[in-house]
Amino acid sequence: MMKDTPASEMLESECCEPVDEQRSAFQVSRRGFLQLLGSGLLITVTESVSFGQSRATGSRRSGTVGARLHIGQDGRITVMTGKVEIGQGSRAQLTQAAAEELRVSVDQIRLVMADTALVPNDGTTAGSRTTPSTVPAVRRGAATARELLTEMACERWKVDRGTVKVREGAIVHPATGRKITYAALAGAKDIAKVYEAAIPRDVEVTPVSEWEVLGTSVPRPNRRDLVTGAHRFPSDIVRPRMLYGKILRPPSYGATLSAIDLSEAKAMDGVVVVRDGNFVGCAAPTSFRAAQAVQAIAKTASWKAAPHPSSKELFSYLKNHARSGGGGRRGSRGGANGSVEDALEKASKVLREVYGISYIQHAPMEPRAAVAEWNDGTLAVWTGSQAPNRVHSQLAQAFGIESGRVRVIIPDMGGGFGGKHTGEVAVEAARLAKGAGRPVSLRWSREEEFIWAYFRPAGVIEIQAGLDANGLTVAWDFTNINSGGAAIASPYEIRNKRTQFLRSDPPLRQGSYRCLAATANNFARESFMDELAAAAGADPLAFRLAHIENARLRAVLETAAKRFRFSERKGKNGQDVGVGLACGTEKGSYVAACVEVSVDRKRGSIDVRRVCEVFECGAIQNPDNLRSQVEGCIIMGLGGALTEEIQFENGKVLNPSFRQYQVPRFADVPELDIHLLDRPDLPSAGGGETPIIAIAPAIANAVFEATGIRIRCMPIRGVALKQG
Amino acid sequence: MEETIKFRLNGKPTELTVDSDRMLLWVLRTDLALTGTKYGCGEGYCGACTVLVDNEPIRSCRTPVEDVEDKEVVTIEGLANNGDLHPLQKAFMEHDALQCGFCTPGMILTAYGLLQENPQPSYSEILQGMDDNLCRCGAHKRIVQAIQAASKEMKGVS
Repeated sequence: MMKDTPASEMLESECCEPVDEQRSAFQVSRRGFLQLLGSGLLITVTESVSFGQSRATGSRRSGTVGARLHIGQDGRITVMTGKVEIGQGSRAQLTQAAAEELRVSVDQIRLVMADTALVPNDGTTAGSRTTPSTVPAVRRGAATARELLTEMACERWKVDRGTVKVREGAIVHPATGRKITYAALAGAKDIAKVYEAAIPRDVEVTPVSEWEVLGTSVPRPNRRDLVTGAHRFPSDIVRPRMLYGKILRPPSYGATLSAIDLSEAKAMDGVVVVRDGNFVGCAAPTSFRAAQAVQAIAKTASWKAAPHPSSKELFSYLKNHARSGGGGRRGSRGGANGSVEDALEKASKVLREVYGISYIQHAPMEPRAAVAEWNDGTLAVWTGSQAPNRVHSQLAQAFGIESGRVRVIIPDMGGGFGGKHTGEVAVEAARLAKGAGRPVSLRWSREEEFIWAYFRPAGVIEIQAGLDANGLTVAWDFTNINSGGAAIASPYEIRNKRTQFLRSDPPLRQGSYRCLAATANNFARESFMDELAAAAGADPLAFRLAHIENARLRAVLETAAKRFRFSERKGKNGQDVGVGLACGTEKGSYVAACVEVSVDRKRGSIDVRRVCEVFECGAIQNPDNLRSQVEGCIIMGLGGALTEEIQFENGKVLNPSFRQYQVPRFADVPELDIHLLDRPDLPSAGGGETPIIAIAPAIANAVFEATGIRIRCMPIRGVALKQG
Repeated sequence: MEETIKFRLNGKPTELTVDSDRMLLWVLRTDLALTGTKYGCGEGYCGACTVLVDNEPIRSCRTPVEDVEDKEVVTIEGLANNGDLHPLQKAFMEHDALQCGFCTPGMILTAYGLLQENPQPSYSEILQGMDDNLCRCGAHKRIVQAIQAASKEMKGVS
């Protein structure tokens, strides 16, 4: 089952990358009729990227300068990346990366993102990999281009490389006052040489100390379009003769369609009905009509239901179905050191606790959407996915066509948060478009998004640990069932450790979420560290510091505690007010948070009043965007910590609406003190995920300080305070 | 039931024949090609579909198109004046009061309504006024700052 995937993909694969094949399964008979139609895709639906005339064939071979960028004779530089912009700021950051190395201003660069006909495969936009992988790839490409253009100029002038300078998109020779722009060189006969050149792995990039564009807060290049409504999100794409689609969904998970009468929909004016086994959908000139058509035939459908567990028994279900040996997280991510059994036996005190993590949904503001258009056996799809290349292969596979006949375009899209790694909506739109013989736009409803999109995995986490006579942890035994292995390894120095991740039989379709299971693992670990501190009679900050050797983790924790005045405030709060802290590391970055909560025991509510979070991810490339990401992580983290939880029963989600499923609102946003620790001496790591992992445990710890009640689940259910 | 509906849209008289049960959101997006107004939930809970009807923010996903007969509808595309952005639009840009930007049109138009009613809202009045608009990226703080800045810029005049 495990494919050979690059490291960046492995990070996201976890236990739980959702499986789409089942849901987009075609009937065999249909597949036979889809023929391979030969190679060579003529791009008939196109972005207006005009490549220079002089561009040689083959100059866009993978790994070449030409695959990464193109210099226009008008001085505009087009840079290409397979990454998507999903609100996280990759468009600004990758533009900065290219501008830095090319020595041009960001305005001179146009970034073409995630169009599989035009851009290199930079992998899925996931795992905080844009900063550590794609930014360097773009920088290497841009630096190679700059150096080759400089060589061209030097050859012309017959001068040494050391005697020229590159600035503002031109090569200058100060000794003679000569100057030639990139644009002028782009018109030269031998420019093809530049595009055909392979980008060396070891090309020198600009050191942090000399950064002029990176390290500054470059704003979103398309911000004007975002505030005027001019930007076209995937759900806004319109094609000539386009229809709008709607899919018939089963009434419950696992239900199969035994019979349906399509005649009423087929008789409706302008409606196309497509049926292929369990797949039934309609396309019509308006989404209103498409929905009416689906409604009309839904009444005639008979379904065979399948048994399905309920969220009430979720934790026991996951535990009962846990499979040993499914860990896949050995080595640094798990495994064992020392002898846990012996150490537990000899410990002066042993604690054992179990934590429960509920299913949650990403609930991005833009539900998944796709527009599919067929032209002479070629397929173009505009869609909102973090994984353009995965969607590309999924489409080629689903329709049995060659990869060269598929084009996937991802316009800058509505948020994803790890929830848009798949291409189900693209496949559905393409099925309808094929049946209709016209382009089809398909957008999932909010309810479909809540029910049929994959979920952040639920989990059960069991921890036992032993303290020695000095109050130091000598044994640590951590088991995560189902939610995943991200950040499962404790960053604390403990001699005897055992860490394992066990797969289970998940009742819901599950997949990635911002920072994956690091939130769950850190919630359980950081809650339990407080429990251990209490058992040792120690202060939670001092207890942690006594177990930390990593200087970066120590730095964020100490800085957060100091800024928040944690030690001064702890134990000195009014009734039902408490402070808590937590820290953690994942994806090469470090975070610590201190929070203040107030609780209302009568109502069973928890109010997070203040958060101080300190984050460090090496050299900061765009400070304001990074700050935005940290703010976003904290606020999104509040939802998973306090209110978000998918409830299900008999194969139905009971709260598939923003009315019932509560996400953080304006009134929930606490006072924020965010501090970014810049480390220009360290490589830059991504910052869009890890800042989420400290917030939930810090809240649970603050609730404990306020009430003496330890709540061991996510969301942290305030109802437990009523009983206490 | 198809009916002919007339209203003013972004300052221009508009007339179209549509099924009058259809919601304004979809008529704007599908029939009038104004895709700046977004679908977020279709139930009025998220605010992404907010437009101004007679200068007041409403949820276009819950407003049958027949309800705007003879009224003045302004969408995000109509908020700028001859290319000059509204102070709220400028403030959202300057404060980076968005990440993905999908909730932004609804946020800006809801804030417009808030400032109409209360030109100099306090911090907590802004929170209250914006509370029924959802943002999943977590730009809330910056949105509040942008509204404060716009309020100052507009000096109580909208």
